[in-house]
Amino acid sequence: MKEADEKDLLRELVAHLRQHRTELREEWARRITDAKLLTAMSREEIFAEATSVYNNYVETLETGTLETLHAYARNLSERIIPRGVETHEVVGIVLLLRDVLARSLFAKYQSDFKLLNRVLDAYEPAANRIANTVAVGFVQERERIIREQQEALRELSTPVLQVRERLLILPIIGVIDSQRARQLTEQLLRGIRANRARVVVIDITGVAAMDSSVANHLVLTVEASRLLGAAVIVTGLSPEIAQTLVKIGVNLGKMHTVGDLQGGIEEAERVLGYKVVPIAESSERA
Amino acid sequence: MAVPILKQSPYLIATIQSALSDADLLSLRDSLTEQVGRFRSRGVIVDVTALDVLDSFASRTLRDIAYMVRLRGAETVIVGIQPEVAFAMVQLGITLEDVATALDLEEGLAYLGKK
Repeated sequence: MKEADEKDLLRELVAHLRQHRTELREEWARRITDAKLLTAMSREEIFAEATSVYNNYVETLETGTLETLHAYARNLSERIIPRGVETHEVVGIVLLLRDVLARSLFAKYQSDFKLLNRVLDAYEPAANRIANTVAVGFVQERERIIREQQEALRELSTPVLQVRERLLILPIIGVIDSQRARQLTEQLLRGIRANRARVVVIDITGVAAMDSSVANHLVLTVEASRLLGAAVIVTGLSPEIAQTLVKIGVNLGKMHTVGDLQGGIEEAERVLGYKVVPIAESSERA
Repeated sequence: MAVPILKQSPYLIATIQSALSDADLLSLRDSLTEQVGRFRSRGVIVDVTALDVLDSFASRTLRDIAYMVRLRGAETVIVGIQPEVAFAMVQLGITLEDVATALDLEEGLAYLGKK
């Protein structure tokens, strides 16, 4: 009995919201501007979005199913996240709409307090679910984008480059945590096999500092590369990293280090049996 | 499964083709140390390309083979260690110190040729 009652009330409510659509929507758009939300968007855009959010909102109240709204929230997030819209703004506008609609219900039923109570009983849970769905949809979309960017960043930040037949360089830039260290190792070892490398120069000029577990990992990488038959030359150790390596007691006999990348490549060329001479000099001799 | 040992001019080549039991490893060690003298070989290549796991006993045996062969007057090269295997080995602290390693059979032969 009570459920049917609630449904009737919701239907009445939806009819009310449809009927007063124009003024409620305008009121909402005005409140959004007043609250200085969605500042990244123009007035016309805000109004257009407000229209479709409003329609979706009322439709969800009517049907009670959240799937359409969820899909819409995802789609909306996809459009507005690249424009720099923040989480608090999205949650803010949905809560504002909830507020605007609730106030109009107060105005409509103010003469009958009992009925108003029942209307709010029907409205509040549905409105809360909607706010929840939109907020969750937005945050999920945001997290998905962050994950994608992290992935892209990781791919970008670990190039294994061949500079000469059988000579690879691995320039490392930025902060290395243990996950990135593991990935670097994996890519390097695969690169050694794929390019049949005999010498690898790992340049860590761009790494300001590393903790002892990452330093240990670097040593393991050097040893694993040797097991594949490739000699590793590490270049560009900063004073801090040098101190870390000595503190963890690295066996320096196993680590071949050279001051900078240029020196490292020259050393690698020597190991491979190359000798680079200026053209003038070599033609004089010929 | 026994490991075939091929004699190729001054070198012996042992290609491991599937996972080996401890007994197989020991018999490989015995055959290599024996044949290296019999054929007066200068070098031994052990090819582990087919192995995707190399446990501590296998690694230790490979190192022992290298040391024993050196005492018998020849050089050993371990070739074809897979990237994943290599990293797993160093994490276990097995680095095959002072044992020569090379990418594959071809590189191993080139390394021995230069000696």
